[in-house]
Amino acid sequence: MSDNVLFALEAAANGLTVGIMYSLVALGFVLIFKASGIFNFAQGVLALFAALTLVGFQTGQVPFSHLINAIFGTNIHDFGFTMPAVLAIILTVLVMILIAILVERLVLKHLVNQEPIILFMATIGLAYFLEGLGDIMWGAEVKRLDVGIPQGMSPWVDEVTYNLFGYGFYLDELSLWALGIAAVLVTALVIFSQYTKQGRALRAVADDHQAALSVGISLRFIWVLTWSIAGIVALVAGIMWGSKSGVQFSLSLIALKALPVLILGGFTSIPGAIVGGLLIGVGEKLFDFFMQPIIGGATENWFAYMLALVFLLFRPQGLFGERIIERV
Amino acid sequence: MKMTKIAALVAAAAIATPVVAQDLHFPMLNYRTGPFAPGGIPFADGYQDYLTLINERDGGIGGLPIRTTECETAYNTERGVECYESIRGDSPLIVQPLSTGITYQLIPRVTEDGVPLHTMGYGRTSAMEGETFPWVFNYPANYWDGASVAINYLLDQNDDSLEGKKIVLIYHNSAYGREPIPTLQNLSERYGFELVEIPVDSPGQEQSSQWLQIRRERPDYVIMWGWGVMNAVAIQEAANIRFPMENFIGIWWSGSENDVVPVGAGADGYTALTFHGVGTDYPVYDDIQTYVVDRGLAAGNGDQIGSAVYSRGLYAAMLAVEAARTAQELAGHAQITPAEMRAGMEALSISEERLAELGLPNFSAPFDVSCQNHGGSGAAMIQQWDADTQTWSLITDWIDSDRELIGELATADAAAYAAENNITPGCL
Repeated sequence: MSDNVLFALEAAANGLTVGIMYSLVALGFVLIFKASGIFNFAQGVLALFAALTLVGFQTGQVPFSHLINAIFGTNIHDFGFTMPAVLAIILTVLVMILIAILVERLVLKHLVNQEPIILFMATIGLAYFLEGLGDIMWGAEVKRLDVGIPQGMSPWVDEVTYNLFGYGFYLDELSLWALGIAAVLVTALVIFSQYTKQGRALRAVADDHQAALSVGISLRFIWVLTWSIAGIVALVAGIMWGSKSGVQFSLSLIALKALPVLILGGFTSIPGAIVGGLLIGVGEKLFDFFMQPIIGGATENWFAYMLALVFLLFRPQGLFGERIIERV
Repeated sequence: MKMTKIAALVAAAAIATPVVAQDLHFPMLNYRTGPFAPGGIPFADGYQDYLTLINERDGGIGGLPIRTTECETAYNTERGVECYESIRGDSPLIVQPLSTGITYQLIPRVTEDGVPLHTMGYGRTSAMEGETFPWVFNYPANYWDGASVAINYLLDQNDDSLEGKKIVLIYHNSAYGREPIPTLQNLSERYGFELVEIPVDSPGQEQSSQWLQIRRERPDYVIMWGWGVMNAVAIQEAANIRFPMENFIGIWWSGSENDVVPVGAGADGYTALTFHGVGTDYPVYDDIQTYVVDRGLAAGNGDQIGSAVYSRGLYAAMLAVEAARTAQELAGHAQITPAEMRAGMEALSISEERLAELGLPNFSAPFDVSCQNHGGSGAAMIQQWDADTQTWSLITDWIDSDRELIGELATADAAAYAAENNITPGCL
């Protein structure tokens, strides 16, 4: 096999693993959109907030210490202990559930029956609020996130591909973990939605709000449930991306990577989010690989949106999205 | 009765006489919010702490207190211009926009308004040509200096020959990131190394394509022109592909704790340029502790002291204060105007003796500013990260840039700017 083919295969394999990282972000959008029809602009910030909270718990940081020090002239920063990653993750999950409850009580409850654009605007406000809250609560400095997931070149992939092709492929172990975690997450979501009472209620609301309400399903409970699950998915995305780049405020911008994935996969489909992520990941890596010598690099950002634009022209509901039918 | 009359007269005079502010206005265009806040906060803290020190320890400059005003730009060009518009009528003595994008927007404005602009280690490189850009200063070093110093360092590492070597430039795909390309292309022709340019789109959260390419290219060295999250991700990716960290050199904006701490042990040995000293082993930090921190006056949370970008902010403030002092000496009075401040900046002289007096011995390379040269010395050092001790240490002495080449490039660029804008170069 020629070098170029091997390099292209390596780029495609990397695209698959990177695509899964995009899917993790897109999943949160899909869950909320499916259950409530809200495009949650705050999903990226939720991932940031979850990651900030996780690092805060892990390092024993005192929340709002900057504010406390500024007001009272104290000099406190941390509790003096560190927390195991598992315990910190559990506590962060509880915080994300608390946020879901507060979002429902303070925002969504008051916007029932409002136009989708109003709900969308509310999530923009929520994004800014959460970003500011995260800043005041945990500080703006870049934080190292380490929950024990290994990073760096996978020796196993290197060895296997070297034996097969005489050239060792580079794949980041973190991305391979992301593959496994995404598989577990999707399986758990499928089991939850198919085999639990709450899951079936969630699907009922997703199918038809009015019908679900008429059989006694609490819309408010479903919203809390959906936002809680989206918060947990955001935590997973925050862990994976935060491990890669450190936890910093630009983490919220990963949401931009999820938009083309959603357009490709469809806003209402969990498998669509996964397939969309994989398509975008592989597509952008291969496009960059082949076009870089001709037009220079840095094509990934616009390529994903260009691909999404093509899909919008020919299949606006995405690959797996529900067909848009307007009855007059 | 007599005393009452006198008191009444004094009171009437006080009311009738307009109060003239007796202070020196140093506005601060900071960014403490947004994706780039981790870089903006330490700079702002260092800048403000030094000015607080001057007020608290020395009673200001020439007996006049420094007044600071802070405007949040969020590293956004439009907001930066709005910030400038909000302070330009308040006799700003020096404007430091902390962004190349804002700098480009402000150059024509400050020139028209007569407000000195200092872009330390960023901004428009050819602004070093003082006769074309009389109101803009970019001492002590600019991006082209940075590129030249990096290559001079590599020449030193390779017995003065880079013939046949391959050097990758991974850069932020923006005006800032593209700044060193002409210089590096020129140097690649001169020294016979192959230059591979690899752009990264902002913000740079995902760089696997770029690092796969770097892995395929098998370069001898990688030079990085990054900012924000791009830096940490690039260093992480370099560690992932097992690229030797000592062969990875960042520009000074890719050399802060924020860039290496998230990578952990993998960042050990990473190097970056710096045009100022590192750490807190300078007497000025004792004064900052005594007069600023212990009095509860530290900017922000006080937790940035001694970090790389904090030191840069402190250095910028020190240069601003020294320029104001020089301006006062030239003007013969303490209450200087922006135009007098400009004259002070143009006459600024930073000597080793003066640095020692300021409690910053060898913190900066000595330099003199002149009408022709607004760019300072152009010298920089190499700092290296130790992941165990979480500190930067200097591994070289001052390395000069190739000012002959940079001067040629700057002169050509400045001449083009002058022609476009109908400017007749000359000293004010």
